[in-house]
Amino acid sequence: MCLAVPGRILSVRGNNAEVDFSGVKRAVSLDLVPAARQNDYVLVHAGFAIQLLAPEEARETLKLFTEIFSRTGGVPPGRKGGGKP
Amino acid sequence: MKPAPAGSFCSPLWRDRALAAAAVSELRRLAPAAAARAGGQINLMEVCGTHTMAVAASGMRGLFPKELRMLSGPGCPVCVTSQGDIDTVLALALVPGVIITTFGDMLKVKGSGSLDLNSARERGADVRVVYSPLDAVALAAAEPSRQVIFIGVGFETTAPVIGAAVRQARKAGLKNFSSTAFFKLVPPALEMLLSDPENKIHGFMLPGHVSAIIGTAPYRFIAEKYRVACVVTGFEPLDILAGINILLKQVISGAPRVEDEYFRVVSAEGNLAAQKIMKEVFSLSTPSWRAIGPVKNTGLKFSKDYASFDAVKRFKLKYSEAPEPKGCSCGKILLGKALPPDCPLFGKACTPANAVGPCMVSSEGACAAWYKYGA
Repeated sequence: MCLAVPGRILSVRGNNAEVDFSGVKRAVSLDLVPAARQNDYVLVHAGFAIQLLAPEEARETLKLFTEIFSRTGGVPPGRKGGGKP
Repeated sequence: MKPAPAGSFCSPLWRDRALAAAAVSELRRLAPAAAARAGGQINLMEVCGTHTMAVAASGMRGLFPKELRMLSGPGCPVCVTSQGDIDTVLALALVPGVIITTFGDMLKVKGSGSLDLNSARERGADVRVVYSPLDAVALAAAEPSRQVIFIGVGFETTAPVIGAAVRQARKAGLKNFSSTAFFKLVPPALEMLLSDPENKIHGFMLPGHVSAIIGTAPYRFIAEKYRVACVVTGFEPLDILAGINILLKQVISGAPRVEDEYFRVVSAEGNLAAQKIMKEVFSLSTPSWRAIGPVKNTGLKFSKDYASFDAVKRFKLKYSEAPEPKGCSCGKILLGKALPPDCPLFGKACTPANAVGPCMVSSEGACAAWYKYGA
């Protein structure tokens, strides 16, 4: 049920956006991601954008996978989570 | 050049065969050492139903070494909803004149009788599947003479979405829209599992999209208090294999910590706007969990300010506990104490076409995933 799909914002009107999901266009509410702007990538769940996506972080993850899994004997590092101690 | 619609998020590299094979061989190399530290068998739990489906659909389970067991946790919303709450939903559906709107997952979950939302239609219930709670709000605006009820169940990913829809309904002055708020919270659910002295979980693959909302900070107790490995993980096959490798490494090192493999989506603080809406519309509750019963402060209900949108109150229904289906092992499966094939009903009396328990009904339930894709 927590399925969410990435898409790119084509246009913004008020709190609503038109989002392109690899060719399929749909209206999406920006109530939960008010800072989103045209051309931003957002993650969409049940008609709402729930998070802004970072394309450079996606590329970085893929680069890490490619580098580390192409050699043997490595595990890609996760980022430190958990916030400030 | 115009960027591709979903850019690097939908790159075929996320499911690249050669990289996956390398990740699996790394996992096989690490598993024996991790298992040795864990007493011979390493049990990792994917907490999210969407992970359960992603693991099953990829076929990776068959590649895991025998020392590694992947359990499915209490992260399928339909599966953890108590029988009493399901009965309440069916009672709402039979209120004359109302329109029930729901995500498709809830349609075939049976109440204590043999009734489900789908068969309630034969008794005159008007039940409609929607993609978004906003579709339900739009329906209420279009049908002012009818009461429209949204069946709200889910975790922290879905609660703010429904909260935002309820806020829109209030702003539009809709008096004929209401919702249930049978929401559950992931961190307290994990604490429930960890505080059980019988628990044998060595690492948690934490849910990516719940974490997009709540961030990674609420999971610190897993590593710090219970010394159990954990990593927030994405949903592509390579994400999941990387997540398992990170967990194995944490177990081997004996130094558990909250790691974030899904940093292209998840930050430490999460989505603050969504958290604010969740706090405004809902407050902590004591929901009843399937197979566990009521546990204090593990869920969300409507806040005082939004109580008039609570469908259960509006239609004056009373909650009563109800027994789970006889012979069904959903409860044990949700707690990581059994795998679907351990259930005597699995694949025999209980199949997707004729499901007994919610873990078989829900498309992302552990039993449905095992039945569809095999082990």
